[in-house]
Formats: sequence, structure tokens, C-alpha cells
Amino acid sequence: MSDDQESVIQIDDLESEFTEKVVNAGAEKLNYCFQCGVCSGSCPITRFNESFNPRRIMISTALGLPERVLQGNTIWLCATCYSCQERCPRDVQPADVIKAIRNQAVRTGITNPYFQTISATIVKEGRLFNEEEAEFFNEIRADMGLPPIPSLDLGEVSKIFQHTNVKKLLTTMTEEAESKT
Amino acid sequence: MKYAYFPGCVISQRENPFELSARKVISKLGIELVDLEGASCCGFLLGAIDHLSSTVMAARNLALAEEKGLDMLTLCPACSGHFIRVKTELQKDPKLLSEVNKVLGEVNRRYKGSSEVKHITRVLTDDVGVEKLKETVTNPLKQLKVAPHWGCHVVKPSEEILFDSPENTKLLNTLIESTGAETVNYLEKNTCCGAPIMGVDEKLAIRIVREKLKSMAENSADLIVTVCPFCHIHYDLFRGRIEEQYSENYEMPVLHYTQLLGLAQGFDPDELGLYENRVPVDDILEKM
Repeated sequence: MSDDQESVIQIDDLESEFTEKVVNAGAEKLNYCFQCGVCSGSCPITRFNESFNPRRIMISTALGLPERVLQGNTIWLCATCYSCQERCPRDVQPADVIKAIRNQAVRTGITNPYFQTISATIVKEGRLFNEEEAEFFNEIRADMGLPPIPSLDLGEVSKIFQHTNVKKLLTTMTEEAESKT
Repeated sequence: MKYAYFPGCVISQRENPFELSARKVISKLGIELVDLEGASCCGFLLGAIDHLSSTVMAARNLALAEEKGLDMLTLCPACSGHFIRVKTELQKDPKLLSEVNKVLGEVNRRYKGSSEVKHITRVLTDDVGVEKLKETVTNPLKQLKVAPHWGCHVVKPSEEILFDSPENTKLLNTLIESTGAETVNYLEKNTCCGAPIMGVDEKLAIRIVREKLKSMAENSADLIVTVCPFCHIHYDLFRGRIEEQYSENYEMPVLHYTQLLGLAQGFDPDELGLYENRVPVDDILEKM
């Protein structure tokens, strides 16, 4: 198949359900996008890696082409610097759209090892480090004359995450990741 | 002036000198910090997988400050930026607000929205004021040429953060110049440092920060000043990786703004944790 044929999109390929889910996950202004490309022109990632292209992510999501959006580590490359969001003349809020895509992706078993690991740590420990590490950091802090890191009730954290359902989400993410390896 | 101090994970983990120097310099400016017992991660990073959890985490931390009846001061712009965005969203979205408070109710807390959140640079410019800051400078750093690096979340998205002008940043220059030092302009001044994608694509993250370093060096900066612990790590802890990937040598040390101000206020380098910085600071100390 030639490149031209590959780029043809058949109407049957469009998955409106994907678009709807992303829009409902916080990308309400996605359909305002008129493809000017200011986002990609402002993006510090696109500048050095053209496979990450916010303008394409916007149109592929709006059309309902999840496989184009979710391939490789593309959506995880956004640095959330908000340069696109700052300049978008249509107020699409591309960085927030990408966040909504990520939220949607993890619910279909698509994840990234880095985000998976830090999310699991935050949900389990309430912070980016565990209590044992906190003790170690506190020794360093005491030597500097700094007060200890505030104490944190992990029971409270655990209860909160039980109620937001993120614990269940992480279990699903882990199972999906394991089944793929 | 009294604030609830929100610590932030990255500072406690790797950038204690930022907190040390911040506590030193603000003691000279009449600011008192109250430690926020029970503080957790701000919730920003969790937003990648679950918006609600990320929002509830922020609201819980904000509720802790509200319980003390204090505004919150942060050193990490990702934390302050996240808190400000969550506050804005909860103000606009009553449905989300009630969902958040339903979860918080399970742990006997409630978010009201009564505490403001400020990054330290905003406290220094808006609440203390540059004139008062200058009065504490006893040792003007006239010999130093500084490349300022804001850190994206201090100023963006500007519609919500409402601080400085992201396309034409000025206030960090003002803060640096208040110490007597000179600021240098450079082409890459307002771009992201690349740190957030270090865990996803290290080579690319290094590529981005190298461009910044190159641009700073071309403009003869003696040092870099940051106000974000995450950016600081990228310039400082990972300097060796940048030099290795590009076979280049950059000697500019990286100081937290509060370390620079502390030197101008006459503190010893040791009192500001300057020898904990990974890129050696000796050259600039000699130059002073």
C-alpha cells in the first residue's frame, strides 16, 4: 500500500465513542480546534521529536482515531508546560486535552511505566516516597537544621483513594501491563 | 505575614537546600511559616491517570491550610500551579466540588476555598515587595551575570495563574536584579527545561535542556537561577548526562533564587546549603 492510500481515512474507521469519552474526561473544547498548528509550533517536544504533534493529536481525537493517538509513547511525551494552552487562539486547552486522553487511555489498558510507577507510589504512600525513605530524608534535614517532613496519616490517604476508585484503576492497569509482558 | 508552608515531595526528597535557603531569607523579611502537618503530595502527577483523585488530593491539602486559617506558600511551582488550577475549577464546577467534598467528608474534612496559594516568588514580589527586599541586601552581587529560568508553572496557564507575562517574563529578572546581580537575556529564556519527560524519554529531555544551557553560555552567563526544584534538578543533578550526551562542557552553577538572595543578604554559603549543589559553586563565590 502506498503512503497515499495509508493516509486515506475510511468513515468506518472513525470511533466516535473514543472522542466522546475523551471529551467527557475533560476535553470539552476539543471541537473548537481549527487546525492552525500554533500548538505544535509552540511545543518544546515537537521541536525535537516530530512524532509528538499536538495538532495531529487534536484532529485524530476529534475524528475518533484512537490508534493514531495512542501508538507508542506519544501521549506520555507532553511535558505539560502549557505553551500550547497559552497560545491556542481557540482556547482548546491542548495540554488538558492530552491529560483527558491519558485518563481515558489508562482505562483501556494503555499505560506508561513511568506514570504507572509514580501513580502507584502516590496512591500507596500519599507522596513520592515511602515512610522509610522519609526517615532517611529527615536525617539529612536534621543535619541541615530543617524540621522533619510533616507526618502523614496513611489511613486517611488510603480511605480517600478507596472512594475515588483509583486503587481499583491501578490494579486493572497493573494486570493489563502484566498480561502484555 | 504568616503562611502555611506546603513542602512538596521533590524538595524533601532532593532539594532541601531550596527550603533551607528559603527559610533563611524570609526570616529577614518578616515572614513566618507554619508547618502543615498531614500534608501529602499535591496531586499534580496523579492527574495523568485520574483527574478526580488528583483534584481531591489538592483539595485535601488546601483544606489543611484552611483549617489553620492561613494562605499557603509553596516553593514548587508544580504544586502551587496545581492548587491554583484546582481552586479555579472547583469555583466554576459545583458538581465537581460536591463530588470532592463527598470524598473528603469520608475523612472528616471539607474544602471551602478560603485559602489563597502563592509561590514564593509571588510572595516576594506582591506581599513583601521589591523595595523591602532590596533593603535586606547588604552584599550586592554586582559581579555576577545571571541567566533566569522561570519554570513553566510559575506563569502558565496565565489565564488562571495571573502572574507575570509568560511571553515576556520580567519579574524573575526584577528579583535577581534586586540582589545587585545583572541578568542576561538569552534566546531560549521562556522555553520549558524538559525535566517533566525525563522518565519517559531521557535523551529528548536532555536534548531540550542542552539547548537552554547552550543559549545561556552563548550569552556569557556566570550562573543559572531557578525557582522550581524540578527544573533545578534537570540543570544541576543531570549536568553530567548533558555533557556526556553532547561531549560539551558547561560550568555554570545553578542556584535556587533563595540561595542567590541569601548571599546578597550576607548569609554564609554553608547556611544556604550551597555546597550541596552538584555543579560546583566555587567560581561564583570567588567572583563575588
